This record gives sequence, C-alpha cells and structure tokens, in this order.
Amino acid sequence: MQSPEILLAALLNGVMTGAIYALIAVGLTLVYGVLHIINFAHGAILTAAMFAVYVLHAAWGVDPYLALLPLTVCFFVLGYAVQRLIIGPASHGDDGNILLITLGLAIIIENALLAVFRSDTRSIDVAYAFSVVEVGGLFLSLPRVLAVAVVLAVVVLLWLFLARSRTGAAIRAVAKEKMGAELCGIDVARIYAVTFGLGAACLAVAASLLMPTYLVNPRVGNAFVLVAFTIVVLGGMGSIPGALLGGLVIGVVESFSGLFMGESLGQIGIFLIFILVLLVRPTGLFGAKA
Amino acid sequence: MARRSAWVRAPLAMLEPLLAVRDLVAGYGGAPVLRGVSLSVAEGEIVAVLGTNGVGKTTLNRTLSGLVRASSGTIRFLGERIDRLAPCDIVRRGLIHVPEGRRIFPNLSVRENLLLGAYARGRQRRAANLDRIFAIFPRLAERSRQFAGTLSGGEQQMLAIGRGLMAEPRLLVLDEPSLGLSPLLVEEMFGLIARIAADGLAVLLVEQNVVQSLALATRAYVLENGTVVMEGPAGALAADPALASAYLGL
Repeated sequence: MQSPEILLAALLNGVMTGAIYALIAVGLTLVYGVLHIINFAHGAILTAAMFAVYVLHAAWGVDPYLALLPLTVCFFVLGYAVQRLIIGPASHGDDGNILLITLGLAIIIENALLAVFRSDTRSIDVAYAFSVVEVGGLFLSLPRVLAVAVVLAVVVLLWLFLARSRTGAAIRAVAKEKMGAELCGIDVARIYAVTFGLGAACLAVAASLLMPTYLVNPRVGNAFVLVAFTIVVLGGMGSIPGALLGGLVIGVVESFSGLFMGESLGQIGIFLIFILVLLVRPTGLFGAKA
Repeated sequence: MARRSAWVRAPLAMLEPLLAVRDLVAGYGGAPVLRGVSLSVAEGEIVAVLGTNGVGKTTLNRTLSGLVRASSGTIRFLGERIDRLAPCDIVRRGLIHVPEGRRIFPNLSVRENLLLGAYARGRQRRAANLDRIFAIFPRLAERSRQFAGTLSGGEQQMLAIGRGLMAEPRLLVLDEPSLGLSPLLVEEMFGLIARIAADGLAVLLVEQNVVQSLALATRAYVLENGTVVMEGPAGALAADPALASAYLGL
C-alpha cells in the first residue's frame, strides 16, 4: 500500500491532467450535441493548435500563456470558417457525409503538419515548466495548477454563454429541434459554424495549457482525442457537465492506474472504464435516457 | 435585387394579395407532392386549406416557409418573390409557420421558447409581446420557468402558436393546430385562433377538422392529390354536398 501523501499527490495530479482532458472532451461533446456527429478532425485540430503554440514560441519567443487568448480567437474563426465553407457545403445536409469530411480534414491536416515539421517530436522550453507551488505541504506543478484554473474558467464562461446569451439559446434550440429553430428564423448553418468554432477554440486553449509541459508531433492529438472520446461517452454524449466531471474522473483513474500498474499501463484503466460504461450505463453519467 | 422605394411598394401591396401562390410544384426527390397549387390570402383573412392525410398540406406549408424548395411555380409575399429564400429570410419578412407536431424546444424553458420566437423579428418589442402572449395563454405564464418538454400536448400547441406570435407575423400559417387534442381542447384551440385573428392578423389554417375550420375561415381551399379541387367562401363550401360527402361521410 502506498503512503497517503503519495495517494493524495496522485489524486491531485489526476485532477490536473483530467482538467485538460475535460476541456478537449467539452469541445468534442459540444459539436456532437449540436451537429450530432463525431468530429474526426478534433485530434488533428488539437495537433495544429499545439504546433501553433510551438511555432509562436520557437520563432518569436511568445509565451504559451500569452498566445492563449489570440490563438483561441484565431481557432474560433478557423473552426467557424471550416464548418461554413468546407464541411457545411460539402455535406449537403447528410450527417454521414459530415463524418467522412471531418475524417478527410484530419488526414489533410496531419499530413500537412508531417510535410512541414517531419515526424520529430518537439517541445518548448519555458523557465517555469518545472516550477512548483506549495499547497499545505504538497508540491504541485505550477503549469498544471494554472491549467486547472483556466479550464474551470473556460467551462464556466462557456456555460454562461450557452445559458444566458441569445446565440447560446439558439445553439441549445438547434441541438434538440432543428426544424423548430429554422422556423424561428435561426440561421442553422451559422449556428453550426459557431458551434464548430467553439469546439476549435477549446482546443486552442487546451494546446496553450499543454505545451509548457508536453511535447508535440503530428500525431499527438489523436492520443488525447481517444481519451476525450471515452470521457464523452462516460459523461453522456452531448453533455458539458458530463464532459467536465468525466474528464476529472478519467484523469484520476489514469493517475491511479499509473501508480499501481506502472506508467506505461496507466491508460488501461481508462479503457476498462470505457467498456464498463458501455456495459452498465450506455447513456453515460449525464446522458438522456433513451 | 434592387429595393423598391416606398411609393412603388404601396400601390403594389394594394393590388396584390398578402400571399399569392401560383402553380406551385414541390416535393422530396422523386414524384412531386404538390402538383400545381394556386392560392391566395389577403390582409386580414382567415383562409382554410382542407384535406385528408397525405394530400400535400404539410408540404405546402414547408414550401411556403422555405424548408422545401419549390421545383416550379412562384410564391409571392408582400409583393416579393420568396420561393428562393432561406427559411430565416422568410421569417424576417413576417411569414411565420407554426408547424405540425409543434416543434417546440423541449430542453428550453417556456419563456426561452417564446423569446426565441423573436430571434429574427420583433426583437425590439419582445418584452411587450411576451406580456401580450402570457395574457392570451395564461397557462404558459404559469409554466414559464418549466421545461417545454414537460408541458401537455395542448399546452405545447399553445406554446408553438405563442412562439410564432412573438415574431409579429404578417401571415400566420398554422399546420394542424387541433391534431392530437381532446375534443374540449380542440374547441378551445379554435376559440384562441379566432381571438388571435380578431385584430386583423391574416391566418392560413391548414386542417383536417373541416367543420370547425369552415366555421372560422372566410375562404377555403380543398386539397386532393397535390392539387386544389374546390375553393370558395367558407359558408358556400360548408353547404356544398360534394364536400359533405367527401369529408363528413354524409
């Protein structure tokens, strides 16, 4: 048995990793909830965002945390444009087509990144990468503590936007009743684009929070999105609170299974949970009952 | 398209009815459902479109509101062609379609549903309109914070109509508002429609309920196999033995 300090540290580490997982899952679940498709380009967009953070730092010395806000805006616009100009027109209103188009986009983005950056793994050096803050006798990694704070802030902002704003209400309306929304004069194509933009913006935030302590190569996003997909299923497809809670749970599970089974087997726990959820509660924690 | 100046628009509006549908052909892919429908609605009129299941009533409505693209024919509204416009642009012009099956937002509160009715039109006066609609439908006011999905069928129909009214319609298209309601509620629903139309709102009422609709409407069209087979003043149609034998089993 491990000492309580180590268990507590593993728990907190899990929460901190889980927060970033949660943010990636929030983007995925939001797009699923409104457009009713799994965005297969999610991982590739995350990779692209991580390379954007990397390039900004490597070429111009821009700190990842300074890059966060402008990149978030850029990726929102990019996501909006991709949905409005590529996915929407090319899908001709058929969800099956959207699925294939996002898959195609993923292949294009990944290979473009491979062509430009090769398959080398890169990372950035920031002075505070190994800084720690002491909380009640525990030493916590500063970038990870910041990540938790930023993720919570982003999720609260996103929730407020969806709950309070006019566009947010329209997004919720389109998610459940597309024809009703059209008959209210809501431009559904625009709402789809805004939603896709929000999903991409979540990834830009996640990339900025990851890069101080993580590495990037043209395939790195997929590992995260595989975990994020588990979280989306665990939390309930389309549920944002589910994605947040699911992300934290999965982060802790990964941390503990890493502790008990060794670092390289850490992800086994995640996929055991995935199978268990599918067997026991296929609608997830917050999913609507069929 | 160039915007017409006001002095040209005014005489046109007087010459033309509010809504003029001419030789409308529309459907989904293969064979057309509507095969050359012509009809009109003037300002302040309640016009009924009658017909049994599957004659094209819902397709007609969906084509009017831009959900289904017409393959030929024209739809003119307020003197302007709208048959190539997107649904949201048709809503902005004041042609509001309250669809069959209500299509309310079950995951939003009653109040949010109503406010979204004013999404594209009537935003400036939406607080006043909300009060007005709560006055017409007091039960919606009582349940304003409830999720719309928890309402009964009749209440959902009232919500759908209320949401349509929030857009300050010039023409309200009601698709089967009495469908699935108990006889008592059907009575109440027709009474409410009469009340809404009393201040001069034009209504296109698409219904299977022939007796009630003819009692309410000024004029009516009977649709069969995607074409208009009878039309005239509601009183004359109500007295027509052919209609009675076809629809009332007399």
